[in-house]
Amino acid sequence: MFPPLQDLYRIAPELVLCAFGMLVMLIDPFVPATRKRSMGWLAFAGTLVALASLRWAALNQGSAYSGLFRVDMFSLFVHAIVIGVSALAILGSFDYLDRENIQRGEYYALILFATAGMGILAGSTELITAFVGLEMSSISTYILVGFRRTVLKSNESSLKYFLLGSFATAFFLYGIALTYGATRSTRFDVVNQAIAAHGAGPLLILGLGLIFVGLGFKVVAAPFQIYTPDVYEGAPTPVTAILACGPKAAAFAVMLRIFYSAFGSASHVWFWAIWVSAILTMCIGNFAALVQTNVKRLLAYSSIAHAGYILVAFAAASEIGVAAVLFYLAAYAAMTLGAFLIVAHVGGTNEQRLNIEDYAGLGTKHPWIAACFALFLFSLLGLPATGGFLGKLYAFQSALDQRIVWLVVIAAVNSVIGAYYYLKVVVAMYFHESNKEWAPMPMRAPMFVVLLLTAIATIYFGVLPNRLMELAIASARSLR
Amino acid sequence: MNGSYLDSYAPLLLMFLLAAGLAAVLIIASSVVGRHLKVRAKDQPYECGIRPTGDAREPYSVHFYMVAMIFILFDIEAIFLYPWAIVFKQLNMFGFVEMLLYIAILVVGYIYLWKKGALEWK
Repeated sequence: MFPPLQDLYRIAPELVLCAFGMLVMLIDPFVPATRKRSMGWLAFAGTLVALASLRWAALNQGSAYSGLFRVDMFSLFVHAIVIGVSALAILGSFDYLDRENIQRGEYYALILFATAGMGILAGSTELITAFVGLEMSSISTYILVGFRRTVLKSNESSLKYFLLGSFATAFFLYGIALTYGATRSTRFDVVNQAIAAHGAGPLLILGLGLIFVGLGFKVVAAPFQIYTPDVYEGAPTPVTAILACGPKAAAFAVMLRIFYSAFGSASHVWFWAIWVSAILTMCIGNFAALVQTNVKRLLAYSSIAHAGYILVAFAAASEIGVAAVLFYLAAYAAMTLGAFLIVAHVGGTNEQRLNIEDYAGLGTKHPWIAACFALFLFSLLGLPATGGFLGKLYAFQSALDQRIVWLVVIAAVNSVIGAYYYLKVVVAMYFHESNKEWAPMPMRAPMFVVLLLTAIATIYFGVLPNRLMELAIASARSLR
Repeated sequence: MNGSYLDSYAPLLLMFLLAAGLAAVLIIASSVVGRHLKVRAKDQPYECGIRPTGDAREPYSVHFYMVAMIFILFDIEAIFLYPWAIVFKQLNMFGFVEMLLYIAILVVGYIYLWKKGALEWK
């Protein structure tokens, strides 16, 4: 009747994250306002312990809590991405929070709770568990988005995110209810057996559709992407960095599990939905990004476009497709995190430098920051020898293997369109004269380490992808 | 069989008709027989005899929301203790330790609230 102790080991990363989150909340009121940064270090230590505890979870692979949660290579892979993103984002937040005068313990505690939620999402093998994870990560991020309380834009984006987000979660929950009604279970394996035995009836298809709406919102797939630019622009930039990487990776993970494990025998039903959504997502993201003048919004649209590329690999519905999605998520996390954190750094107090022309002259004034930013942009664009290039290559290749030719053609055209707006920023940095005075931008050690790590990861994934790809393939295998 | 089953509802129907009929008779009778004075004061909202002033839609302290929110949180969390009480014997030490952990988490939240001054009325 009682869960075996081993189940606790399997959710060790989540336990560690929650424990550290609560520790931060407990100690924070006793820490004087000038020393809140120490809470950040405590939270960072929490993410490191959580990363270490992944090893412990890895030694106890298998299903936990009567099939609600599962530790396998797939879950470990996504855990590593999500926790790594949070760890780096915490390091990258220190100076930003000091500048904006919002250095508070709650910020770090919320990041830890959100990360725990994403971990649950990544490992869940049951719909209600997935829902709990989704809510945990969503509610924490709603608050984080509005963390600049006195800034109107931040409030606006928080409210928008909250209203639309709760709406999307309601769709997800309704989808679960219909699925349960049709199959009498919320467990992925049982749902899959029911579909294999009785086929997918209208009730089940409707349920899957609603689940797709809920998750499509989180992974920013069209037509559920409307909120993205406003929310990403208004949120504190380090939070935007997390939003663009963490929840997206976790939501893609649970989407893979639901579509492949639970609804795997109904892939003919959802294939066209994914196909259409992928095309819409890529086109909307890229075309809207063309006319942006604000770098933060531009990167927001670029994150929409990248969700589209990931959906291309998703549509392949093969083992190599899953591996491509995972590889893409890892490479994308590295370059996007780096890019947004540079935007946070260059933005300065009150995020004043956000327009593309504000970046003019960065190449001569701050050559190292400009070089890093250029690297991330080239990777987002997909130039060879960067993680972004191989991510796209594997994604398109996996779709071609399944003879989804038109989707790949459209995706390729889209990535050429993407070149225009990424290069626009690079051109501004290196070839335009600065129209604003550049204040000195001292870079402290934590930020330096984050940029160094993300830059190294971006190049490493691009030059020596074998190790990561092997892990991704092993993860994809464990999904079946 | 079916008929006799419905028959058992007959008293209920009769009761309903009686109640509705009596209410209708009383309302109609009072409006026909009773005296009615049309006075302006009768159309005004009644506020404990005090003359109403201003609009009811005024901004009020955000503290009300805070207190309400804290109340709901701790109230719901306390409700979870009841099911535990019912299966206390079966769960034994395991349940006891789990519940201690649960309450410890609540206490963390409580300490946080207290130290942050959410319970003070400023």
